[in-house]
Amino acid sequence: MTRKQRRLTLIAAGGAIIAVALALVLTAMRDTIVFFRAPSDIVTMDIKPGTRLRLGGLVAEGSIVREPGQRVVFVVKDANHAITVNYTGMLPDLFREGQGVVAEGVLGPDRRFTADSVLAKHDERYMPREVADTLKKQGLWQHTGDADPAGATQ
Amino acid sequence: MIVELGHFALTLALALSLVQFILPLWGALANDEPLMNVAGPAALGTFAAVAFAFLALVHAYVTSDFSVLNVVENSHTLKPTLYKISGVWGNHEGSMLLWVFILALFAALVATARHTLPLRLRALTLSVQALIAAAFLLFLLVSSNPFTRVNPAPFEGQDLNPILQDIGLAIHPPLLYIGYVGISISFSFAAAALIEGRIDALWARAVRPWTLTAWVFLTLGIAMGSYWAYYELGWGGWWFWDPVENASFMPWLAATALLHSTVVMEKRDALKVWTILLAIVGFSLSLLGTFLVRSGVLTSVHTFATDPARGAFILGILVFFIGGAFALFAWRAPLLRHGGLFAPVSREGALVLNNLFLATACATVFIGTLYPLALESLTGEKISVGAPYFEATFLPIMLPLLFLIPIGQTLAWKRGELLGAAQRLMGAFALAIAAGLAVIAITEGGPVLAIVSIGLGFFIIFGAVSDTITRCWPKGAQLGVVWRRAVGLPRSAWGTTLAHAGVGVVVIGIAASAWSTEDITLVKPGGRVQVGPYSLRLDGVFPRAFGNYREEVARFMVSHHGRDIGALEASKRLYTTRGMPTTEAGIMTIGLGQLYVSLGDNEADGAIGLRAYWKPYVTLIWLGSIIMAAGGLLSLTDRRIRVGVPRRRIHVAAVPAE
Repeated sequence: MTRKQRRLTLIAAGGAIIAVALALVLTAMRDTIVFFRAPSDIVTMDIKPGTRLRLGGLVAEGSIVREPGQRVVFVVKDANHAITVNYTGMLPDLFREGQGVVAEGVLGPDRRFTADSVLAKHDERYMPREVADTLKKQGLWQHTGDADPAGATQ
Repeated sequence: MIVELGHFALTLALALSLVQFILPLWGALANDEPLMNVAGPAALGTFAAVAFAFLALVHAYVTSDFSVLNVVENSHTLKPTLYKISGVWGNHEGSMLLWVFILALFAALVATARHTLPLRLRALTLSVQALIAAAFLLFLLVSSNPFTRVNPAPFEGQDLNPILQDIGLAIHPPLLYIGYVGISISFSFAAAALIEGRIDALWARAVRPWTLTAWVFLTLGIAMGSYWAYYELGWGGWWFWDPVENASFMPWLAATALLHSTVVMEKRDALKVWTILLAIVGFSLSLLGTFLVRSGVLTSVHTFATDPARGAFILGILVFFIGGAFALFAWRAPLLRHGGLFAPVSREGALVLNNLFLATACATVFIGTLYPLALESLTGEKISVGAPYFEATFLPIMLPLLFLIPIGQTLAWKRGELLGAAQRLMGAFALAIAAGLAVIAITEGGPVLAIVSIGLGFFIIFGAVSDTITRCWPKGAQLGVVWRRAVGLPRSAWGTTLAHAGVGVVVIGIAASAWSTEDITLVKPGGRVQVGPYSLRLDGVFPRAFGNYREEVARFMVSHHGRDIGALEASKRLYTTRGMPTTEAGIMTIGLGQLYVSLGDNEADGAIGLRAYWKPYVTLIWLGSIIMAAGGLLSLTDRRIRVGVPRRRIHVAAVPAE
């Protein structure tokens, strides 16, 4: 093999791998991305039923209903709207009424949301950032830490 | 008093690191030997100062000195001593101090390795390392001072986040940081080579042990973190493609590529510019990881209390070092003498392919991790890129790379023969096919990809072993000869074999997850649940209290074919200080598999909800990682690294100069 051929082989191999990777990335980006939506977005944006979403907001006070078989129904709300969520399975330890939550799942035709995973915060000083941002935008933001003076000074 | 001394030591360390940055750099540019020699003592001094500051903070934690804000926020007198110590780095300020501590530690180690490094290279490397340390020390002092006092001091602390009160916090962050920050040495070496405008096989040999050390710790740190998340979060998963996990995984991919490209550079004096670039990219990814984790710009299961204001400072450091390094690279890299090209079918050709695959895989992870951030800052649209993306991009790129491992290892340097390599690998390949068929026979079918992956895992293991065998065992040789050859084989060759076999073990462990079973169910006391081949009987639920928490424990008896094999306890805890509940999974290791039970909510009729998994061979994932790290360690004990060949060459060069 001449020097030129060797260089060409190297460039071709690199080009091929990068092209394949690019194709994979682009298809995956089209198919697997999940958008974050607040309840108001779902109402105002007229999202098609069957779309996979991450729904974020506050768990409405008094809305958690536990049914037999580890089924849970609760309402996620923001300043203007509320969406009912069905979920079967284990809830995070810090899942509580009046606190931030992000549920990932599918929007049904009746605007009920069926979640397959529910994330709450991980630490009582911390709230899912998307939820915090939405609430700030709607002027609803308040520090939700449980009387945590040091947390407030940070 | 000790606290003030600790604060003062940090300031002193900043001053010393500035000395360590300026004088040796000046010395190297002016060719002034005494000035270059300042680097060593200055690095040791910086390290001593930072170590003192670190110990001062540890002391404040152990003695529960609640006049220090950091201790108040993250500790409690009732906390066990081990968690008091690990609590030091269980928060932002303390973990950044640990970061700087390890940075200084590595600089001190380079300073003491004086016999294996040429003076100029050492001086320049330490100078660059000092600049990084100075930046982070400034960050600590200006925005994240761990020694801030509170007045009046409260009587009791607010306790550490319960999720962090675990042996995992004692082990995982130090390991990961040694790996993360260890790559800074490779970066400093690369920058030094660029400033010097010269790079050769000697450089590759000097950098290799440091990269290898960082890689070993990074491997262990990631594996440990994965196991910790697995048992602590109670979700049964061991990898979530979470941004913070990716942040540690990207430097690992870059370090793995760097490890392989330095081999080519050392043996064949090629791939120089690429190796320099990899070293820069590797540490840039470490810095990026630090930024992502510490600034709170990402939502992650691993994000704890964070402060976006500090993010701007780290972003500044990030931009300065990455931008600076790339500018230096663009300016100086053309000066480096290019090595020769080489045949595509050869060991070095295979290593180039390895680098291409690893770099591409790293790029796909990079895109998946940062795309949501980029999109949000550009359009305000919030999206999440989750596991499906990474499974669709990362895995297809890794599979061919994995298949290439045994082939590359079998090819000869310079001119390899595919046919010869194929012949030598026939045995390993046949055994791997046999293993795949055995899996099909035993499991009565399973996903095709999983079966193929198990075969692939065995191919990697057998390929690694068969390569070693052919090297030790020429046809018809006597046992004595084989023994002498095996002993004579360099340790790095054994290390390669072990590390590659470890990769195979990990692949098998991951593939076996296709056969894991999961069940979400309800059980009443005395009731039974069938999980995979095991039966669980709920013996009872009882309360228990311990130190700073109280818990509700569910006790199960595990039986297999009607025979009891042991008890398993899962619990729900309430940490009283913070009023925070946690779920503690109950795990029983049976053979190489694990039974995993995590508790849910109680039902009105006395039944408890639970999620139970049987995960066959799951421990192979972590055992394989440990084998990989062990291979790296074995390679570190290689004679070439221990003896430090360059010494003689320096000596010879020094004689005619006098």
